[in-house]
This record gives sequence, C-alpha cells and structure tokens, in this order.
Amino acid sequence: MTALTSLARIEAASLGQAQLIRTVRHVHISDRPLVFIPLGLAGEPCAPLAALVGDDRLEPQLLVVTSPLNRDERFAFAADLAGIVLGYIGSYLAGPEPPDNEPYPDAPQLIVPNAGGVAFARLLGRSTRFRPVEGAGAVPASVPVLGRWLTYLAERSHPSASLILTATGALAAHWATGQSAVEDENLATLLAWIAPPPGRSGADAALAAEDPTRCPPAGPATDPGFDRDVLTGRLTAIRDTRLAADLAGQRRAVAALRDDLREVLMPTWRLVWQAIDLLRTLPEAGHVADRRKGDRLSFSGYARYLAEGGFPQPRKDAAVDAARRLGRLEAEQQRLETQMAYDDPLVMAEYRMTGAAFEGVVVRAEPARLDESGKESGKKAKLRPWIWVETPDEVTAAPGTELRSPARPSQKAVVIDVRSPGEDQDGRTLVTLELRSGMGRGLTPAAGSVPEADDVVCYTTLTLDFQPSPEFPGREDTPWTHGGPPPEYVPAELDRAEPWDGEDWADDAYARAVVDGALVAGPDEP
Amino acid sequence: MTGTEQRLASLRGGQLPKTHNARTIAALATNPGCTRRAMLDAAAVDKAKVASRAGYPAPFGMSPFALGRGVAFERRLLDEPGKDLLMLLRQALDLDIAEVGFTDLNDVGASTDLAVRHERTRRLLTAAPDQRGTLFDHPLLRFAVGGRHAYLEPDLIAFRHDDTVHVVEIKSFAIIDDQADGAKVAAAAIQSAVYVLALRDLLGDRAEVHHQTVLIAPKDFSLTPVAATLDVRKQIGVLQRQLSRIAAIDDLLELVPPDVTFSLEPDGQGRPRRDPAGLLRDLRRVEASYAPQCLASCELCYLCRDEARGTTGALGKSVREEAGGIETVAKVLAYAYDKDPYPVPADLAEAAVILRRAATLRRRSLGDPT
Repeated sequence: MTALTSLARIEAASLGQAQLIRTVRHVHISDRPLVFIPLGLAGEPCAPLAALVGDDRLEPQLLVVTSPLNRDERFAFAADLAGIVLGYIGSYLAGPEPPDNEPYPDAPQLIVPNAGGVAFARLLGRSTRFRPVEGAGAVPASVPVLGRWLTYLAERSHPSASLILTATGALAAHWATGQSAVEDENLATLLAWIAPPPGRSGADAALAAEDPTRCPPAGPATDPGFDRDVLTGRLTAIRDTRLAADLAGQRRAVAALRDDLREVLMPTWRLVWQAIDLLRTLPEAGHVADRRKGDRLSFSGYARYLAEGGFPQPRKDAAVDAARRLGRLEAEQQRLETQMAYDDPLVMAEYRMTGAAFEGVVVRAEPARLDESGKESGKKAKLRPWIWVETPDEVTAAPGTELRSPARPSQKAVVIDVRSPGEDQDGRTLVTLELRSGMGRGLTPAAGSVPEADDVVCYTTLTLDFQPSPEFPGREDTPWTHGGPPPEYVPAELDRAEPWDGEDWADDAYARAVVDGALVAGPDEP
Repeated sequence: MTGTEQRLASLRGGQLPKTHNARTIAALATNPGCTRRAMLDAAAVDKAKVASRAGYPAPFGMSPFALGRGVAFERRLLDEPGKDLLMLLRQALDLDIAEVGFTDLNDVGASTDLAVRHERTRRLLTAAPDQRGTLFDHPLLRFAVGGRHAYLEPDLIAFRHDDTVHVVEIKSFAIIDDQADGAKVAAAAIQSAVYVLALRDLLGDRAEVHHQTVLIAPKDFSLTPVAATLDVRKQIGVLQRQLSRIAAIDDLLELVPPDVTFSLEPDGQGRPRRDPAGLLRDLRRVEASYAPQCLASCELCYLCRDEARGTTGALGKSVREEAGGIETVAKVLAYAYDKDPYPVPADLAEAAVILRRAATLRRRSLGDPT
C-alpha cells in the first residue's frame, strides 16, 4: 500500500464512505461478461454444490448437485456447466477465423465474486481436464474441454489481464474503503462502503452486510450456520428418499434444496452485477485496449491450440515453462504499473511522492536550440531543444538521467541540471531538460512536439519502451540444477488416475461417512 | 490454590475451565501484546460464549461437513493404525518397523481430572516400550503461557520409535499435485511446533522430540492419505520468541481491578445471571490490542474491532505505518489538512510533512485545484 491509498483509506474511515484511488478504470469490462458464482461443499477441496451462471443478469442459470460427494454427480454438474461456459466461449470463436497470429475480434470474460472463485475454477479445471471420455469412468466429451478452459482462465488471473476478473479485486483496485484489506475480500461489505443504500453511511451498511443471513457469503464456502441448519437436513432428506425409492418425496426434497440454494446465491448475483455497473461508470484508461489486445491474442492462441488437439495442461509446470511464465508475469506487472501511471494522475501522484516523477510548469523554452558541438569534426548540427521546468515536487533524478513524459511517451528528455529550491523560489526546484527525439526530421521541431512556456508537464523515470524478455534455455537445455531436461510432456495414465480409483464409491460409502460424521460432530467443536 | 489461581478462577466465575488446543496457543502467539486475550486465555474463559453474551458473537463456526470429513478421514487411518498409518510413517521417516503398538491416552476409566490424565500421558510415553514403535493418541499435555501451565488437549498422535518421538498431525485439507493451501500448511506447522514444545516439556531428556513432524492429509480429491514431513525449527523459534513477550500473568492481573469478572454463571432457567452491559463493561476494563488479523483467530474480534474504530491500526498495519505510526484517523487528517491547532510534536514532524504532501497530491489529482 502506498501513502496515497493509505490516506484514502483513512479519509474513507472518517467520512464513512469509500474513496476513489483511481481517476479512470484500468480494467476492461466486457459488454457481455459471463458471471459465475460457484458454491462448494465445506471441507472438500472441490465438491461443487451449486452455481449461478450466465451472461444475462435477468436470467441466471442455477446448477445444483443433490449429493455433492458422489463423483458421478460431480461430473454431471461439470457437463451442465460446460454446456453454458463452452457455449459462451464458442460465441467468440464463431466468426471467420482470423489469419495466423491475428486475434479474434473479441474475447470472453469470466467474472467471479472473489479470489475463492478463481481458486475454485482452477480446482474444478484440475479435477476435470484429465478425465477420459471413453472406457472406465468415462465422462461427456465436453467435461475435459471445460477443464482445460477453466485451467487456462484461472492461470490468466492477473491484474494485467481481464479474461477472468474477481469483483472484489476489480473494485478494491479503484476504491479505498474505511475497512481493512482483509475485510475488502467480502464483496457485500466492500460494496456497502462504495455504494451504501440511500440515507446510510458506508460504515453502517458494511456492518449490516456482515450478517450471513442477510448477505450470505459470496462463496465458494457457504455459511457454516446454513450448512448446519439447512443443508445437512436437505441432503439427508434427498439421500433417504432416494434409498427408500420414494420418487415423489425425492422430487420435493430436490426442489426444496434448489429453492434454498437459489436464495443463498441470488444476493451475490445482484452484487456482482452491481459491481460491474459501478466499474462501468468509470471512464476506461488509455492503455486498457492495448492490454485487452494481449488477452485476445492469448485467447485466440489457446483456442487454436485446443482445436488442433492440444494436450491438457500438465499437473505441474516443467522448470523452464515455470521460469518463462514467471518472467512473463513480472514483465506484464511492470508494464501495467507504468501504463497506469501514464493513464492516471492519481497513480502518477504516487511516483511523485517517492521522487520517481515530478510535475511542474515550463518557465522557459528554447525550442529551436541546436547542438553544434560536432561541427569542427564535420558532424551536422542536431536539434536539441531545452526547457526549464519549475516544480514543487521533490526531484531525485541526477543530471544525465533519461526521462519521459506521459504526454509525449516517445520523446527522450535528459536532465541537464537540477537547481534545488532557494528562498526566493517558494520551495520550487528548477529542472533543465534537453529533448532528444520525437520532434520530426528537420532542424525545426514539428508543431506541438516541444512544450511551450506555461505548459504543465510531467516527467518520470518510468518508460514504456519495449523491454526484451530474459533469455530462457530451451526445454532440452534445462540445467541439472532444475532436474535436467524433462521428458516430452504427454498426459499419461498417471495424470488421469485418481486415488479414488478402486475405492468403493458406488454405494456412496464416502458420502455416508462424511454426512454421518457431520451429524455426529457437535457444532461447537474446534 | 494459589492467589493467582484464585484470581483466575474468579475471573472465570465458577465455570469449568476451557482447555487450550494448539490453535488457541498459536493464535495467542500471533498477537502477544493483547492483554485481554492473554487474560481470558489464562483464566481459561470460554471466549465464544462471553463474546456472544456481550453482544458480539464470533463470526466463525465450522461447517458440519468439514468436521464430518475430518472425522471420516481420521477414522479411516486410526481404525486400522497398523495399515495405512504405519506404512506412511515408515515412508516419511524412512524406518523399517514391521508393526506398531497403539495406545489411546483418552482412556482413563472414569477420571476426567486433567492432572490425572496428564500424569498418565507422562507415564506411558516414558515407559520402556514393549515394541519398537508405538502410537499414542490423545495425549494430554501442558504448556507454559505467561508463567502458568495451561492444559493442552491436542488433536495429535505422538509416534515413538526407539528413543525418538515424532509429532504426527492428521489434517483433512487436500494435498493436490503435491501442493496444499499455504495458509493451512503454515497453521499446521505452527501447531506442530506447539506440540513439539509441549512434548519436550513433558519428556525432558528421557526421549528426543524431533523437530521433524509428519503431516498426513488426503491426496487430491479423495480420502487416500499421503504423508509429508515438516521441519518446524523455524516455527519453534518464532513461537518461543512470541510467547516470551506475553507478560507474566501475575503482572497482568495487577492491572485488572479486583471486581472484574467474566462469569456466565447461570440462573435457575439456565440463562447467565450477568446482564450483557455489565459483562461488556468488565471486558472493556482489560486492554486489548486489535489488528485485522484478529478477525481470523479470536472470538472477541468484533468487540475489539468496534472499540478500535477510528484508529489507523484497525485499517491494517501497513496503513498505520504509511501514516507515520499516528494512531487515530482524526489526528492523521488534522495533520494532513493542517487543521491541528497544536504544534506538531517533533517526532511526528516528518510524518506530518508527508501526509500534507499526500493530501495535496490527492486533491489536485482528483481535479481540485485548491
């Protein structure tokens, strides 16, 4: 956290209302995002219980698993989810195929409520992408495809990408609340701070939103009280009516479970769409389209790979792949930070606090200044305008440092002199800069290419110049320190095998053990 | 009964003491500066019940399904300890033991006396083994907190082979592709460290309690167990350092007015006699040190958070640090907007300059030219 966002949090706490920490929106919001709110059974790593999903806020689709510990039902849920998610993804691949290395015109965007939603998508992807589509334990063909897409999307969960977003993350990146960052992970309280109901302060609304009966948790875990008071009874009723072959009773029990789960999910559904609406009220930042193009390229590349029969992602990255991925993420993060600073004065202000940028007024300019120092050795004169900038900011750049201005990102400006503030200058620093490019070819600068006197300018050490990515060895040259060259990756039986193979699942033994354990264990045990 | 014991019993107000577990001790170590927590824990008060009666029920509970999974997984291992459990321990610790004995230390006939159970744990764990390897379930340990011993009823197995004892923890979170949730593993490691220290306290030099502990958890999406070893030397160091910072309970007791009590003693109808307002007043007479991390670990967190409203610390440690350590929201804003009528103290002068600068930059960047 920086000094500016901390101050914004403190102001929010004092005013009882969230404060903007960005002036523009630094994330792409699709015209037609797919909202996905998964719920899982508590304690299990990934046992889907229900999901509310859809790209139409008026028509969410409810998926429910009536015995979440039964793996056949688990994969039936995955098949239903695949029907919706793959249909949505497919709509972005429907047009004519673009030429090689060109992206499709648009890309999907999955929006989940919180970081837990991304983790759930990753685990659901892991548990489905290796499933066989024929032979023993076969699942519908769409299930492993869904697994690959969910894995792909979860891996793309990063602030510089927008193929998958968390509502909490996107909101907290733009607003500071008067609660702590830990509490911001609760979508209901976060939104209460940002957009409290009329006549209430954000602080009060957030307190009220902590009541799980009023604002059920946004998942994937359900409220333990709901599990104890409602879910245990519903799941047991479904099991008992099934064992008794009481079809009418079973239908009633399933309908009751669906009603309860819809009621638990709908508040979050409304909150996620409210978050989308709020984010849309902010104007989009200048570089968002550039980053979105990266998303489209990545999405199109993965779609082609899958269409050509590509393998599911391995269970673990090989050493070189992992290093390459980390390198890519670091480069993307750095580019994101610079782009945000260039797009948003509030972000640049953070760099002005630390001395990595300064803003001031041009007090004098020599736009036609020529550098003729090479004349005697026969070199041509060069156009080298000087400008003098007076700034109240602290300037840490030393003479010789190369700076850039967000207004003219391709123009190099070199610090010639920094004169510290004297008494007569009202605490202002005078910086002399020499401009070295971005002025056209002649010996007079192109119109508008050199700042004029009285212009307000900002200069920073941050640059958007292309940074070459570090060299990584090829797979076959993996050093011995990293295990040496790994074998060519081909999904093996080993990846597909689950430890449950051979266990007796047919009679719901595990489900019985857990549900019975749940009934035995008291609510108060640690 | 010593004076201290009497005092603590009166704080508890005739209720049965609540035994510690490793989780409560680990939580104590995460916030060693909190007198309120140290005091209530030392008096073995049921914090969840007290918080609830005072009008601030704790925000956590555990789902019966999570408990059920834990029970199912543990049963699977302990119903036949000579099978999976032995095999996993052999693999994890590289041993060649063919069979193990199993002793359930919970089994003390009718006696529920903690001291009796503790003594039995000590006797059996230090007795000459009749087998090379023996598993001890439900040992009752003691742990020194603030100069007092607290009983600890851990959910743990002690595995003794030859003259070495290993802590074995059975957890029901999944290890997927050799990776588990980092926060859960970290919590398990610090709990294991508590057990190692408590076992060392119990056994003295009669056996070595190894710093390498064994975590057994389900693999991938099933209940098939896998074992991993954890080296908890670092956690032991952290724990010892933190616990040494908890002031001696006797010193803390001196700070608390003699009439303070957290009694929930019931009336004829089983309802606590004490009215919530009185209980709350007494709770507030013991100083707390709230941080947002308390929300994940302490039953009193909502009460303390409510009290901490208006402080920078309630917004997070980093916010407080960025605000130059200034403690209240009002003071920060007074400095930031130059509205404090008093001169800035010398030690805060630098912080005030930074705050003013941040406030100006924020205002201007949001389009306010003043």
